[in-house]
Amino acid sequence: MQKIIKSIIVFLFIFVLLVFYNSLNRETNYSTDYLVGNKLTNINLKSFDDNKIYTSEDIQKSRYTLINFWASWCAPCRIEHPYLMQLSKEKNLKILGVNFKDKKINASKFLNELGNPYYYMAKDTTGKQSVNFGIYGIPESILIDNETIVLKKFVGPLNKQNLNDIKEIINSL
Amino acid sequence: MLSNTGNFLLFINIFLSFLIIYNSFKCLKIKNNLIFKNIYQISLLQSTLVLICFFTLTAAFIVSDFSLITVYQNSHSLKPLFYKISGTWGNHEGSLLLWVIILTIFSFLFLIFNKNHSKSYRLYTLIIQNLLILGFLFFIIFNSNPFSSISPIPKEGLGLNPILQDPALAIHPPLLYIGFVGSSIYFSAAMASMISNYFGSLFAQSIKSWVLISWIFQTLGILVGSIWAYYELGWGGFWFWDPVENASLLPWFAMTALLHSLLVLEKRNMLYFWTIILCLMTFTLSVTGTFLVRSGILNSVHTFANDPSRGIYILIFLSLMIFASIYFLFSKYKPTNDLINSNSKETFVLINNWFMMFYLVTVLLGTLYPIFTDAISNNKISVGPPFYNSVIIPVVIVFLFFMAIGPQAKWIKNKFSNLRSTLSILSGAIIINFVIFYFLKSYSLISNLILISSLFLIMSSIFDFFKKSRLSFPRIISHLSFGFLILFIGLNHNFSVEKDFNLKLGEAKKIDNYEFALLDLKLSQENNYKAVVGKLEVNNSNTMKRRILYPEIRIYDNPQTLTYEASIQTSFLGDHYLTMSNIDRSEYYNIKFQHKPLMIWIWISVLLLSFGGFLSLFKNAKNN
Amino acid sequence: MRFKILLIIFFLNLNINLHANELVEESKIHKNLRCLVCQGQSIADSNSDFALTLKMVVKDLIDQGKTEDEIYSFLSDKYGDWILYKPKINQGNLLLWGLPYLALIIGGVIIVFLIRKSSKKA
Repeated sequence: MQKIIKSIIVFLFIFVLLVFYNSLNRETNYSTDYLVGNKLTNINLKSFDDNKIYTSEDIQKSRYTLINFWASWCAPCRIEHPYLMQLSKEKNLKILGVNFKDKKINASKFLNELGNPYYYMAKDTTGKQSVNFGIYGIPESILIDNETIVLKKFVGPLNKQNLNDIKEIINSL
Repeated sequence: MLSNTGNFLLFINIFLSFLIIYNSFKCLKIKNNLIFKNIYQISLLQSTLVLICFFTLTAAFIVSDFSLITVYQNSHSLKPLFYKISGTWGNHEGSLLLWVIILTIFSFLFLIFNKNHSKSYRLYTLIIQNLLILGFLFFIIFNSNPFSSISPIPKEGLGLNPILQDPALAIHPPLLYIGFVGSSIYFSAAMASMISNYFGSLFAQSIKSWVLISWIFQTLGILVGSIWAYYELGWGGFWFWDPVENASLLPWFAMTALLHSLLVLEKRNMLYFWTIILCLMTFTLSVTGTFLVRSGILNSVHTFANDPSRGIYILIFLSLMIFASIYFLFSKYKPTNDLINSNSKETFVLINNWFMMFYLVTVLLGTLYPIFTDAISNNKISVGPPFYNSVIIPVVIVFLFFMAIGPQAKWIKNKFSNLRSTLSILSGAIIINFVIFYFLKSYSLISNLILISSLFLIMSSIFDFFKKSRLSFPRIISHLSFGFLILFIGLNHNFSVEKDFNLKLGEAKKIDNYEFALLDLKLSQENNYKAVVGKLEVNNSNTMKRRILYPEIRIYDNPQTLTYEASIQTSFLGDHYLTMSNIDRSEYYNIKFQHKPLMIWIWISVLLLSFGGFLSLFKNAKNN
Repeated sequence: MRFKILLIIFFLNLNINLHANELVEESKIHKNLRCLVCQGQSIADSNSDFALTLKMVVKDLIDQGKTEDEIYSFLSDKYGDWILYKPKINQGNLLLWGLPYLALIIGGVIIVFLIRKSSKKA
């Protein structure tokens, strides 16, 4: 009996120390990996220009959709914009831009200046809709398929690597 | 120059540690009860040199010698002198040097203050303590050397994080370190006690003062840390159950348990192995805490610059400590025939230990659990204040009741003759709570119970004070102040008023019985920061009092950081606490106003708590 | 007699209480939600953009008549369990919620056992 207790104690400590060791090189900050594979539901976005509402049905029309949250006041959004412009030329992909907590005049000016990569344009003036997409800071982009299942999520501005990843996924079939 | 001096001193210290260990073993072979004179001398020399080594680093900070990486990374020539000095231990490398100072000085003092204890016990303590010292010296030299130089020599330093430029935070680390690094000495003593078969009440006597000292400083360290968090973080709270805070609380629980079980070991010669386990546990938890904080495997408010290579070193050190402890415990463990009667003081000490272990397990689990879920199931979770509050608070209520009844029990056996007085004190507590509840404000069931139990403890302690001899005075003070602490936290929690709103310049707003107006915004240029100072008028229509508060938004220069300084008006009745912060893309400012009743009494209670420990230390020194 | 008065007072206390806690408390919910863009702060303590947005959403959900738990599960669906400061009681968190109490019970059993053993010997 005593032996069993002793070995349990020793194993417990070894286990704890191994977990510590294992965690040393882990990222401790928040990440959004859990979102991949989830289905987005209750999509309900107001159009940027008129009173149209975009829902899941609109998104299901395209094989792939990239939902991009952006604003004219967001500096990193300018950095990723050229990549979005490149992606807008892809056949299998439609980009849904959600203008986040922004003023319409500023947003239009931003697009006039840098080009408009968006197939659909929606707005989220209060930021409340973004919560439905698990957004916590912009720019963020979510790649979904025609069943609104999340394939990949990008936090922060898109870069060259992300661009290639997206191209690879949408051209894989 | 300073770099070479420092490095040289570090190497000399390693040599001295080896010399002490060598001489100690040599001395152990001789069969008399005398310790070589040169062991005392080397030990004294070692302490002195470590201090000099530390002052060398301090000097480098004072003269802003940026040829040292540590100074370059953590200081700036324009920093006020006081913060240059406190900068010595405000960083990882320098704080390790502080570790070594405490390890060596405690080692030396333990050696000279325990002359009437057995020779082999003292020598083994010295040997083990020096092994710990060596461990940290190697860590310093190979991984975190404060004397590493940099070339070319930078013209200017990077500066100290502004939220660390604060008087409370300058004294916080030394206090806390004396607490938890100090616990190393009874770790060593516990090991030595097992190796040299020196146990029982003599062992208890030899470490009692050291446990008290570390406990007092740990308590004060935690207090200063909380005060700092209260006014610097600007959220109005003083305890966030953050991993770094928990790391300082864990050894405190173990020390408190130890403090009580030592009494039983001293007076009744029982619970020897349990006491040993607590001794080992305290320092092990201290090192574990250091590991968690420095390796960066936890996500915390109190960010330390961290890197995994430090983690791996501390982890190896920790593993060695743990397995050595386990090895000696297992090989020396014998079942004992402790006779414990219910209603005796022993039982209540055990009950204290029981609750302390519960708190410890809860806090340890809460702190480590996210690491485990992440490592095992890749699921990132958070464990925060609502968890700790809901698990711990209900148990605290029962704990306070035991704490009130316990001291009335006598050693060995006791009959409950005083049931009547206990009941009348209890009904007194309930009536007072009812009065507060009925006439002032209603609060939840659990708050009711907290207030009743803490009032019960307070009243019992006061009752005790008039009944007992002066001998138990330190204990009464500590128990009384713990009761006050919980009472004030409870009242503070239930009677706090919080208002959160947005204002722009010149605007006024009325919320309930308060009226707020943002009268003015001023820009000010200080020595090392720029600030926007708001002038806010707060009118309370209930008390007809008008207050002006001056919250600040500061932009520090080196390194550039934005901080929000709360404006606090303290009185014995309560604090008025106000923070102002800018809202992005808007002319409005977010204002958070809080009225925190009896805040200052929370601090005073903790101060009194440690004062109880101090009295006990005094009493103990007088008796020996 | 005294004991009866005590009991009466106690239940009076309870009674008043039951009425105080019926509303879903907004600030309590805020304190349980972690501000993802901050360092270890709840959204109650933060006024970052994210915290402000989340506060609005919480208010909307309360207005829609959602219970506290429904709000938590909605948000943890969107942001993962990381956002909750009070971990859900589920299989994965069983040890977290259970072990403290288990320790409490085991400790109590050990103490009772020690006392029993001693009283037999005496």
